[in-house]
Amino acid sequence: MSVEQTDIEKIAKLSRIRIAASDMPEVALRLNDILAMVDTMQAVDTTGIEPMHNPLDASQRLRADIVTETDQRELLQQNAPAAEQGLFLVPKVIE
Amino acid sequence: MHQLTIAELLKGLDSKAFSSVELTQHYLDRIKQLDGNYNSYITVTAEQALAQAQAADQARSQGEHALLSGIPIAHKDIFCTSGVKTSCGSKMLDNFIAPYDATVIEKFQQAGAVSLGKTNMDEFAMGSSNESSFYGPVKNPWNTDTVPGGSSGGSAAAVAAQLAPAATGTDTGGSIRQPAALCGITGLKPTYGRVSRFGMIAFASSLDQAGPMTRSAEDAALLMNVMAGLDEKDSTSADKAVPDYCADLNQDLTGMTIGLPKEYFGKGLNAEIEHSVQAAIKEYENLGATVKEISLPHTELAVPCYYIIAPSEASANLSRFDGVRYGYRCEDPEDLYDLYTRSRAEGFGDEVKRRILVGTYALSAGFYDAYYKKAQQIRRLIKNDFVNAFKEVDIIMGPTTPNPAFNLGEKSNDPVTMYLEDIYTLSVNLAGLPGMSIPAGFADNKPTGLQLIGNYFEEARLLNAAHRFQLATDWHQQTPSGL
Repeated sequence: MSVEQTDIEKIAKLSRIRIAASDMPEVALRLNDILAMVDTMQAVDTTGIEPMHNPLDASQRLRADIVTETDQRELLQQNAPAAEQGLFLVPKVIE
Repeated sequence: MHQLTIAELLKGLDSKAFSSVELTQHYLDRIKQLDGNYNSYITVTAEQALAQAQAADQARSQGEHALLSGIPIAHKDIFCTSGVKTSCGSKMLDNFIAPYDATVIEKFQQAGAVSLGKTNMDEFAMGSSNESSFYGPVKNPWNTDTVPGGSSGGSAAAVAAQLAPAATGTDTGGSIRQPAALCGITGLKPTYGRVSRFGMIAFASSLDQAGPMTRSAEDAALLMNVMAGLDEKDSTSADKAVPDYCADLNQDLTGMTIGLPKEYFGKGLNAEIEHSVQAAIKEYENLGATVKEISLPHTELAVPCYYIIAPSEASANLSRFDGVRYGYRCEDPEDLYDLYTRSRAEGFGDEVKRRILVGTYALSAGFYDAYYKKAQQIRRLIKNDFVNAFKEVDIIMGPTTPNPAFNLGEKSNDPVTMYLEDIYTLSVNLAGLPGMSIPAGFADNKPTGLQLIGNYFEEARLLNAAHRFQLATDWHQQTPSGL
């Protein structure tokens, strides 16, 4: 399968990554190279093979549903690009 | 002091031949003096290192003996280190000061180790050449026109250039073993789940695993004794007893059966590398092992399978970098959508963006079965190849890489060609097995690696086989000129 510019625009939107129009041909070329390489998988018959999510076929351990974290809001927000009164600031969402 | 292994340094500290402060200062001086040639460190934490060294000296004088007390170590910049920049090689995290320590970092601190700083790496561990780092490429100490491999290229170069006695690395598709091979050092990727991933910035969560990069198998065993074990903070970490990895290092190899996958010696393998691997196998026969040809029929599918699974998991993991809570934010965003898309476009490099796009495509409606599910089915076929092989052999050996270190810039514009360099290492991650690379000779005057692959949780057997080889040969003691 190969991707056209409209497909890439859709993927870029889903990925939340802006792609400049001038970069589009290069992005398309490289993505199609990669997709051509991975397409060799399609020739393999995998009927009845159980997909493998975890190499040890393990399921994740659960812990008791109790609070273990302490409040570290100030420490954690020191890395925020913009924060005020304990809140993360973003451009206005609702007019 | 910089020529000594960790095992030797521990003896030197014990006998008071030198103090940890002297040792640490010596390494800090070397980094200052030489790292301009290699670019192996992103951050050097001199003050903290000397404070840790002083504490270690004091503890030692009071008779306390933690496992690595006073030993300087470098950490790949993928591990969160409290109060220290943790960039993951990306502009996205150039301003990120980790608010907590990764479990691996905590364990080294408890073991008394001194942290010299954070090593360079491919951005978000995506790469095989260290050229995708926001902080510039790392240069291979054996030949500074060539790449050190990746993604743990800074760690490999730092150990090879003797700018750290050992370093931590992570391996998602070969990122410990391939740079270890290209830089002529020893590297071990443990079984998936053996070492905690908590605080290790996630790339592909079902493949990522941390491990040691050292000058010898004995040193790798010493580091594994610190790193391995169950961690309640990582729900995928294995609840399995940790052996003393140093206990069986010297065990005799008589009767060990080595499997040689015929698919690992086919077309595409550099002739001098093949020769060095065959010579290493001969050495193992001298040490009492028997050799058997085996087949891993789905080997060629490892590359396509990996390049769906790893990008798919990456596209989900890297969605957390949104320019809101931490990391890079673009200037003057018009609205929230603009903030997300521009922060991510400007904060991520080309290879990272490419993999996010591929992963998003593979997971998107209408393509999931053809790509992601298909890759997960093939992943099981690849694992089954190994499960069948280990019914007949104790250990699998072959080359770590098809070629020695390539030139800087040679493959950086052609991702698919770069991906094919990982053909022998990817399937080990897909299967979740432990794998190791040890120096085994030279091709075109560049170091080559012998890869050892073990059955699940048999790191001790790999270390034993590697140690016996290193007692009989001196490839691991070769060092680049100019140090």
